[in-house]
Amino acid sequence: MANDPGKMKAYWKKNLQTLFFLLLIWFLVSFGFGILWVEELNQFRFGGFKLGFWFAQQGSIYAFVVLIFIYVYRMNKLDKEFDVNED
Amino acid sequence: MDILTWTYILVGLSFTLYIGIAIWSRAGSTKEFYVAGGGVSPLANGMATAADWMSAASFISMAGIISFAGYDGSVYLMGWTGGYVLLALLLAPYLRKFGKFTVPDFVGDRYYSNTAKVVAVICALFISFTYVAGQMRGVGIVFSRYLEVPIEWGVVIGMCIVFFYAVLGGMKGITYTQVAQYCVLIFAYMVPAIFVSMQLTGNPVPQFGLGGELADGTALLDKLDGVLAELGFAEYTSGRKGVMDVFMITLALMVGTAGLPHVIVRFFTVPKVKDARLSAGYALVFIAILYTTAPAIAAFGIYNAINSTSEKEISSLPVWVSNWQKTNLIAVDDKNGDGKIQYLADPVTNELTIDRDIMVLASPEIAELPNWVVGLVAAGAMAAALSTAAGLLLVISTSVSRDLFKTFRPEISEKKELRIARIAAAGAVLLAGYFGVNPPGFVAQVVAFAFGLAAASFFPVIIMGIFSSRINKEGAIAGMISGLIFTLAYIIYFKFISPEMNTADHWWFGVSPEGIGSIGMFLNFLVCIVVSRFTPAPPQSVQDMIQEIRIPRGAGQAVDH
Repeated sequence: MANDPGKMKAYWKKNLQTLFFLLLIWFLVSFGFGILWVEELNQFRFGGFKLGFWFAQQGSIYAFVVLIFIYVYRMNKLDKEFDVNED
Repeated sequence: MDILTWTYILVGLSFTLYIGIAIWSRAGSTKEFYVAGGGVSPLANGMATAADWMSAASFISMAGIISFAGYDGSVYLMGWTGGYVLLALLLAPYLRKFGKFTVPDFVGDRYYSNTAKVVAVICALFISFTYVAGQMRGVGIVFSRYLEVPIEWGVVIGMCIVFFYAVLGGMKGITYTQVAQYCVLIFAYMVPAIFVSMQLTGNPVPQFGLGGELADGTALLDKLDGVLAELGFAEYTSGRKGVMDVFMITLALMVGTAGLPHVIVRFFTVPKVKDARLSAGYALVFIAILYTTAPAIAAFGIYNAINSTSEKEISSLPVWVSNWQKTNLIAVDDKNGDGKIQYLADPVTNELTIDRDIMVLASPEIAELPNWVVGLVAAGAMAAALSTAAGLLLVISTSVSRDLFKTFRPEISEKKELRIARIAAAGAVLLAGYFGVNPPGFVAQVVAFAFGLAAASFFPVIIMGIFSSRINKEGAIAGMISGLIFTLAYIIYFKFISPEMNTADHWWFGVSPEGIGSIGMFLNFLVCIVVSRFTPAPPQSVQDMIQEIRIPRGAGQAVDH
């Protein structure tokens, strides 16, 4: 693997794509829904919550947890696919 | 049994547990002392990270801050959790693969320079010391409030406990005590929250109770908005800070979290790269349990506090009000002499002052829970303060023994290094204790800025060290120094030199000193990239190392070389 720069490059590129996609969601749920567009989202209700407020104090945190586990799953798969996993 | 007896019993039991664990897991080698031997399971490491991370301030004060800040309190909720996404995706796996013991280790190797390493050590020591002094003070306050001893004695007791298991056990002892401390603190936090949620909304899950309905059928948050508006306060669910400021503070807290040395070092303790990723996920689950409950406690607390005092006869206030009046956390002043309390936004006519810490500390009494729950909350607060203090002390002692001493005297034996690490830990405990007893006026203020400083110094250099192979030592050193100095100067100017100027009109781009670490971070990135472009690329051996840390295979355990 380490001797094959082409394959290594492809692995790294896929890794960066995963990171980009996940960090985009990370930005969207917190800085987007919780801060920048909070007023707009507060027009909508989510049970007893205003939606924007829910994202700022609850939803974003749940999303963060889910994001990390998606990352763990994706990377474990990617590691196996490129044969760079540890076991 | 009364509250004090229960407190002594529960706190005593929890301390016995911690000390027992410390003796069972004491460190025998430098590797055990620095990274717990590198064999901690991801689940245990996640719990330990959560306890390490959640300080006395998270446990006692955060809910109260949100009670009074409403929506604006979201900066802490998002800021102190979102950083774990950055940590899991951008830092933890690569630093684990790198496979040494400390952040300065990485900076020193990646930037092939002892100067860069020393700059990193100074940043680490500075951040950790400001943070730990605040923790020791927190330990003292908790002790004095619950055990009714003077604050000084509280600090001394706390020092003895931390001394015992941090100095003896090193990272190994700390890790397993932190697992126990997490269990104690989360149980203590959740029990009152669940009962209060049941009482107010009939829903036992506080996270749902926050969005639940009160007995009269209106949603809790809508009711709160209305009540606060009537008293002249801003609505609970809308913000008062500028959008730009909220954005930047949240960013600084997130990035700062990912750059804190005592958090990063936890990911050196797991066996594999895979485990580092997973354990960041577990850590965030354990943290999120508390962080999604805190806003519920905040809203329940402020609603209950207003409901049971506003426009009520002073002679017939509930017992918890008079209980906490003794500790000066609640003050009543019947200014207009009508025998009733008016809680108002206008400070001239307001007759009730409530300390923010009440929201967590008094919640068992407000909910009329049995006395043992109060004792439990005391044990939980203590666990939160001690676990964070211990983690920080370890970073300080490692920085001294390994990053400073070993770097310049590489020939010392492992036994000697371990002794130096222990002496450094002992020295750090004493120094932290001194600051806990005699807090310099600036400590409380500076703790909040430790995040900004971590964001502006470490984060960019570590990220670019992994994701770019062109960034060189000149860029890294210039970047760290400029980020740190810029952030420090901005904070010192607005907080200490001209505090009267500390208003939104004078801030750059409307960013408060709390959020300036974000700008410092961008500056660090910029300086680093520009300087690197005009100076030679890193040598081939470093380029190879960068390629090496990007793939998981061959991590092995953290090694000393």
